[in-house]
Amino acid sequence: MSQEGLEVKEPQLDLAAIRERLANSKGREYWRSLDSLADTPAFREFLHREFSNNATQWLDHVSRRRFLKLMGASMGLAGLTACGISQPEKIVPYVREPEDMVQGKPLFYATATALSGYALGLLVESHEGRPTKIEGNPEHPTSQGATDIWAQASVLDLYDPDRSKVVAKRGRISTYANFLEEFRAAIGAERPRRGAGIRVLSTSTSSPTLATQMRAMRQTFPDARWYQYEPINEDSALAGAQLAFGRPVHSVYRFSEADVILSLDADFLLTMSGRVQYGREFARRRRPSPEQQGERAMNRFYMVESTPTNTGAKADHRLPLRAGEVEGFARQVAARLGVNVPQAEGGTVPEAWIEALVADLGAARGRSLIIPGYNQPPAVHALAHAMNQSLGNVGRTVLYTEPVLAEPAPQVAGLRQLTQELAAGQVHVLVILGGDPAYTAPADVPFQANISRAAFSVHLGDYGPDNSATSARTVWHVPRSHYLEAWGDTRAIDGTASIQQPLVEPLYTSRSEIEIMSAFSSRPDASSYETVRSTWRAQVAPNLDFEVYWRRAVHDGVVPNTALPPIQPALSGDLASRLGAPMPVSAGLELMFHPDPSIYDGRYANNGWLQELPKPLTKLVWDNAALVSPALAEELQLNNEDVVELRYQGRTLRAAVWIYPGMPGNSVSVWLGYGQPLLGRVSAGTGFNAYNLRTAAAPWYGGGLEIAKTGEKYTLVNTQDHHTLAGREIARHVDAEEYERNPEAVHELAHEPEQVSLYPEYAYNGHAWGMAVDMTTCIGCNACVVACQSENNIPIVGKDQVSNGREMHWIRIDTYYTGTDLDNPETIMQPMFCQHCEKAPCEYVCPVVATSHSSEGLNDMTYNRCVGTRFCSNNCPYKVRRFNWLQYHDKSIESLKLQKNPDVTVRERGVMEKCTYCTQRISAARINASKENRPIRDGEVLTACQAACPADALVFGNINEQGSHVMALKNQPRNYSVLGELNTVPRTTYLAMIRNPNPRLIGEGGSE
Amino acid sequence: MPQVFNQSSNFLARLTLIGGAATAAAIALVAFMLVRSDYATGANTPPPQPVPFSHKHHSGGDGIDCRYCHTSVEESYYAGIPPTQTCMNCHNQLWANSPNLAPVRDSWQTGQPIQWARVHDLPDFVYFNHSIHVTKGIGCSTCHGDVTQMQLTWQDKPLTMTWCLDCHSQPEKYVRPKEAVYDMAYQAPANQIELGHRLVREYGIESKLSCSTCHR
Repeated sequence: MSQEGLEVKEPQLDLAAIRERLANSKGREYWRSLDSLADTPAFREFLHREFSNNATQWLDHVSRRRFLKLMGASMGLAGLTACGISQPEKIVPYVREPEDMVQGKPLFYATATALSGYALGLLVESHEGRPTKIEGNPEHPTSQGATDIWAQASVLDLYDPDRSKVVAKRGRISTYANFLEEFRAAIGAERPRRGAGIRVLSTSTSSPTLATQMRAMRQTFPDARWYQYEPINEDSALAGAQLAFGRPVHSVYRFSEADVILSLDADFLLTMSGRVQYGREFARRRRPSPEQQGERAMNRFYMVESTPTNTGAKADHRLPLRAGEVEGFARQVAARLGVNVPQAEGGTVPEAWIEALVADLGAARGRSLIIPGYNQPPAVHALAHAMNQSLGNVGRTVLYTEPVLAEPAPQVAGLRQLTQELAAGQVHVLVILGGDPAYTAPADVPFQANISRAAFSVHLGDYGPDNSATSARTVWHVPRSHYLEAWGDTRAIDGTASIQQPLVEPLYTSRSEIEIMSAFSSRPDASSYETVRSTWRAQVAPNLDFEVYWRRAVHDGVVPNTALPPIQPALSGDLASRLGAPMPVSAGLELMFHPDPSIYDGRYANNGWLQELPKPLTKLVWDNAALVSPALAEELQLNNEDVVELRYQGRTLRAAVWIYPGMPGNSVSVWLGYGQPLLGRVSAGTGFNAYNLRTAAAPWYGGGLEIAKTGEKYTLVNTQDHHTLAGREIARHVDAEEYERNPEAVHELAHEPEQVSLYPEYAYNGHAWGMAVDMTTCIGCNACVVACQSENNIPIVGKDQVSNGREMHWIRIDTYYTGTDLDNPETIMQPMFCQHCEKAPCEYVCPVVATSHSSEGLNDMTYNRCVGTRFCSNNCPYKVRRFNWLQYHDKSIESLKLQKNPDVTVRERGVMEKCTYCTQRISAARINASKENRPIRDGEVLTACQAACPADALVFGNINEQGSHVMALKNQPRNYSVLGELNTVPRTTYLAMIRNPNPRLIGEGGSE
Repeated sequence: MPQVFNQSSNFLARLTLIGGAATAAAIALVAFMLVRSDYATGANTPPPQPVPFSHKHHSGGDGIDCRYCHTSVEESYYAGIPPTQTCMNCHNQLWANSPNLAPVRDSWQTGQPIQWARVHDLPDFVYFNHSIHVTKGIGCSTCHGDVTQMQLTWQDKPLTMTWCLDCHSQPEKYVRPKEAVYDMAYQAPANQIELGHRLVREYGIESKLSCSTCHR
């Protein structure tokens, strides 16, 4: 029971030895973490024990004597539980049943959500009026049926018990009527001054209704001003377009047309707006050439990046560059592509790399694509425009349109100006719509301190005065409606408008941005429904029937013909002089800021699904870290979990170090969004606040960082070494050229012996379910993990429990590194979940037949039979079974119960669980088909993970049907079974990762 | 030293051993019978209801079809309990002042639903689907008994897993022609097994026995 002796003393990672080991490795070596390479005791623990040592320990501080007393008492009283008379359950029917409702059948409604202003079209599942699950809207151009982690997890935000529930004035409960009265009085007082004291601060928005309301407000109050601010904004892209075209221009990329892609630090698969659409189109062109539709070839993708991302992991050629060096590199490439631009002194990029890249781009004129990252300076954006122009890509792989966001303006500058106006006492009415600008403002913009200068201020926010830095300082706080609670509208990356249709009445007394803005109109209490409808009524041609048009738009989730037409802006002739000399690359250490891959800019910090989601590549959970390269760690003698003091431009911040293979040397990267001092019970105590170092002048990166060790340690939890399958050919990959020459190459990577079995063969008549996972297209975006969590009522367990290896996710995305260069390894991502083995090792060892085989080949898990011996998990070679060590579902919080999927059991403590292939969805489809006396159609059953996947990497179906989509994949020569040599005959098989490196760069270390 | 135990103790020892074994067996037997008894399964005892609704009167006497109230039985896993509105369709005219119907009128006026006691309560880990059973020729009365004869509604069958599996392993014993599904007075013909085999083929009945058919 004692915890002493359990702590593994952690030695300093010997990075030099690791390097030497990698350099001397024979053949291709795969590794999951630095710990695994160093073969540390901690890693061996994870490798050899199915459950970590601590997992089987009683961790509560209870003495042995007390434990025995409790055990004795519970044994003695065990029989008593059978004596109670259970109360009959109640049935509570409707009084008046809603139209179109079939009791027990979920309904799906089209709606849309927006992140940083850009829409994703959704279909939301509703069980008797409670939204439970988010799906993508197949008819929406950006979604095409897929989603991202933020859309998937947004349903949990709706039920967040920490959400603010009441209107408050200076922290005291009030009513919306009272607020409206004071608000109207404050606005009225501004009328004689033409609204000179009115300032509205919103987040980035593309809502046509909100934009119309803002215009209307400024008609009544001509001197009022509207600012927009989000920490993750498009300031650079906007300034870049100004440089290149002299006006704001919005770029949309068409990966479906691109054969050669160069990304200049653009993380277009994970954090950039349009990610879902881009992921889908990129993946379609990513399959090996023989599998492509038509005459197309597999695309080739070059990436220079300053912090390793999934996007970089997919690249054929990835080059780590410090963020400040990307501009110099872009100028070098631009010059060779015929763009007249001043060059920087000396570059760090190998000449051969640039030559090969330029030759490839030049050979694919009109079919190549250069994308700049939102964190790169305006010059890089302007250069990308110029290069795309010079390669003839405009109108083919790059489309320009008018801006999608309403009234785009430099946001950081806007916030700074607003702060100055506040400080000067010019603002009398401050309306903050959404966001938490007091928390997210740059450290050198004292917005927070000046909020109280406005006599009247209101913050429409998700969290109340006790939980939000902004609401704590405004006079009024009004709870903000979730997008599933209010009407609205929003536009996608290509301009397509969607009506945001609510699924529930607001759970609390919340309002939306549109409802607050109505206060400026003659109808201050207009509902969001009326306001949105009147916007669209004004847009419809008079010869059309508005009701028909409106119903169609709401039903489909897309307003027809609203995509913005492409424009052809002229590149300014004097770009060279406008760009001027390149920014000097800062000497010394560089600090970079990135949105967190899980909680974005911090708005999702109180979302447990996202906090516990292992971040791509690092697999960190519940925290951010100061990410450093192995080289820098070696130089400064830093180890994982060392607390360091980051000293940057006169500010300091304590942060924990994480060594991140693939980081460029001499730079440190931090994720924004953590360390929120107030917020809720989930976010409490997580991470450190990187906004404290971020300045308005250099919002993305800057030089002059100093690192000081403090000698302290901070526990960072990552799941990279949990459930390790070591020492086998788990994640196979070959190069495209080799694969085309020898399709059997994938199978030659490992010994695949002839299989003989002692167990009898079983005939699967009818359906036999199986899955194919394409590691070539998988972008590791985690959407499947969250979708699975949402669909299957999977609980979160907390940081401590994860550190014991007790995370409950049914899907994990394993990351494997390979290559000999520790500072730029190749990365392979492999989604791993129950393989539904035909000869399943777990089934033979269960003493109570709680896990058994179904007639369709599913490996069933019957929770009510399970007694928790965990033999099955011990015997599973894939390590995909998860045990409920404790009662992880919080049954005391009513609001969280509303999210639960009624078709899936909520598991109690003490039972084993794992992926079921979404057996509830199979069951529903089987019953539907059987009632119609027909077989289940191919594609009728979409597992939750498959439905969410933007990259079509997960395909589920009937393997008895040769023409099915899943069999089309399984018939590819690159299809293999993980650990097939164990003769488990897994139903889930994998399509090997294929990379398409430039032959000119192979052997020069270029592909690493 | 004299012997502590005299010879008769042998008998006592045997009695104790045999008696102990017999008691253990008796306890096991009682427990075995108890869990299958009506007491444990709740069968044959109508629970108290807020309104003394009579299926015998409505369905048996007035001849109202099951699906008039249980509207979703052919579409959903859930047969559906009618909203107050369905009661009021008739009872705003008939028996409009009956004191027995006061809770229904209250519900209609206040908008607060009537809270019925559940008669057929399957465990929460069982996912039973009404629609597939009624479309494949399993009659209401096969599981619910002849409710047209029930003054107050009770659970007619034990609803144990053995009971479920009896039909799932041999559906031919219970399946009936589709047109007779809602016939409460239906009696199985003498050639049920023969008919059953034919219907199982005709209706494409796959009465699955895998765990995930009902548990997930």
